[in-house]
Amino acid sequence: MDRIPILKMGDALLITIQVDMHDRLALALEEDLTAKIAATRAKGVLIDISSLEIVDSFIGRMLDNIAAVSRMLDADTVVVGMRPAVAITLVELGLSLTGVKTALNVERGMLLIQKRLRGLGDFSGRRS
Amino acid sequence: MAVVRDDVMPVRSSDDIVRVRQEVRARAIEIGLSLVDQTKIVTAASELARNTLDYGGGGTARLEIVHEGMRRGLRLTFEDEGPGIPDIALALKDGWTSGKGLGLGLSGARRLSNEFTLDSRPGEGTRVTIVRWS
Amino acid sequence: MAATADWNGVIARRRDEIIQGWLNFLRAEGALQTGRIKDAELQSECGRVLALVAPDLAHAGDRSPASDELSQTLSALSRSRALQGFTPSETANFVLGLKPALFGAVAAEYAGQGDLIAAATLDATRKLDRLALITIEAYQRSREEVIIRQQREISELSTPVVKLWDGILALPLIGTLDSERTQVVMENLLQSIVDTSAEIAIIDITGVPTVDTLVAQHLLKTVAAARLMGADCVVSGIRPQIAQTMVHLGVELNVVSKASLADALALALQRIGKRVTDVPQALAAPDYSR
Repeated sequence: MDRIPILKMGDALLITIQVDMHDRLALALEEDLTAKIAATRAKGVLIDISSLEIVDSFIGRMLDNIAAVSRMLDADTVVVGMRPAVAITLVELGLSLTGVKTALNVERGMLLIQKRLRGLGDFSGRRS
Repeated sequence: MAVVRDDVMPVRSSDDIVRVRQEVRARAIEIGLSLVDQTKIVTAASELARNTLDYGGGGTARLEIVHEGMRRGLRLTFEDEGPGIPDIALALKDGWTSGKGLGLGLSGARRLSNEFTLDSRPGEGTRVTIVRWS
Repeated sequence: MAATADWNGVIARRRDEIIQGWLNFLRAEGALQTGRIKDAELQSECGRVLALVAPDLAHAGDRSPASDELSQTLSALSRSRALQGFTPSETANFVLGLKPALFGAVAAEYAGQGDLIAAATLDATRKLDRLALITIEAYQRSREEVIIRQQREISELSTPVVKLWDGILALPLIGTLDSERTQVVMENLLQSIVDTSAEIAIIDITGVPTVDTLVAQHLLKTVAAARLMGADCVVSGIRPQIAQTMVHLGVELNVVSKASLADALALALQRIGKRVTDVPQALAAPDYSR
């Protein structure tokens, strides 16, 4: 079965989702990522969804789960690059992903993670 | 309301859900829906197809292009012969689920569509129809 | 079978007389007063419509072979009337004005045959009333088309997204927010956030007259969508009366809000790590006005 690659960049892990994921692939990603965070002691997880044309409640839940699990493993999750149409639809669907941090692009997401690592500003306080 | 195009697809596996999403996207583009409206109907289709698979034990998705006066629309019908929904009002509430989902499938799909009808008989199955107009 | 009026014959024989009667009625009603339409134009319209009305009247049933062309012609006529600024009554009167002229012609043609005249008059009234309704419907439709087009134009014109600073956008909203307009506003703002990589968007509602539950919901949705994309929103310019009404209505607006656009800009600059300070007098820019 296909797997979504997880790249390590310094203290962070980078996942770029480029395919229209079927549900098993999403579940596999959740598992792989948990194992990888534990193995690498990563402090941050960047999930780039700029290629995704939709995020339904299943993918939304996956993002929420990843954020919750990584929080427990002392890593922060930043979802980056959500498209406007996807964001509007997600809000209409009733999902606001309050547990997930967001950034416009990978660069900004990386800055967020680095800020927190350097102890600059309370990362978790950025979003209420 | 005139039906211009009519296709039926199986919903038996999670790969089928991906295929339904792709077909719905193609039809939505065909009738000239805006990008946001395309995204809404594809997302609604994804939710409903997953319901058909997870709660109905599989079924079919029907994709129709319909005309009414000046406007064109995409009508999607998801049908299964599963256990059905005993309490429809409850099933349409946000956050309520009989399984382990988020409980946003039906209520969310309703908010993402212009028209929404739900037909269900316990023991016989469920049919959900949504329409998005251009 | 009782004798019926031979409409085709009557209209063929008395065509000029009917058109004159019709025109006189229209002139008396003031169809030409505004100068939006010329006498010759009106005359040719009457002639054209009468030629199509004749077979329709002569036909026994409701829909004659000429019905489609007739209703198309009348619809086109009403559309141009609507665009020229005629009122609905003036538009309907065009068809209704044919009645007295037709009745006069029938009465003259069948003098002494009261029953026949009554039957013919009744039949013609029914058909002409239906035609008048067609003109009204077409008039209404074209007015609606105009309104829809204008709505679209207004919503496009009235939702500019402006860049205040690198990373800071402002959306000054003016006028009433309905669902459709809000969707356009929302999409514009979110797309601009992507295009300019903005971190903060200020939604200024100084120019919004009322904020009800629905508008508040739309604002909250916009803020939530922007957050999902990684940008923060600040709402500014909530007028005191609006704030009061919202509290009384129980409308909650759980967003960062500032009294004025200036305050919101100060907050936004602070968030992106910039500060506005006073410049010592000696270093201030020279006064070029002298």
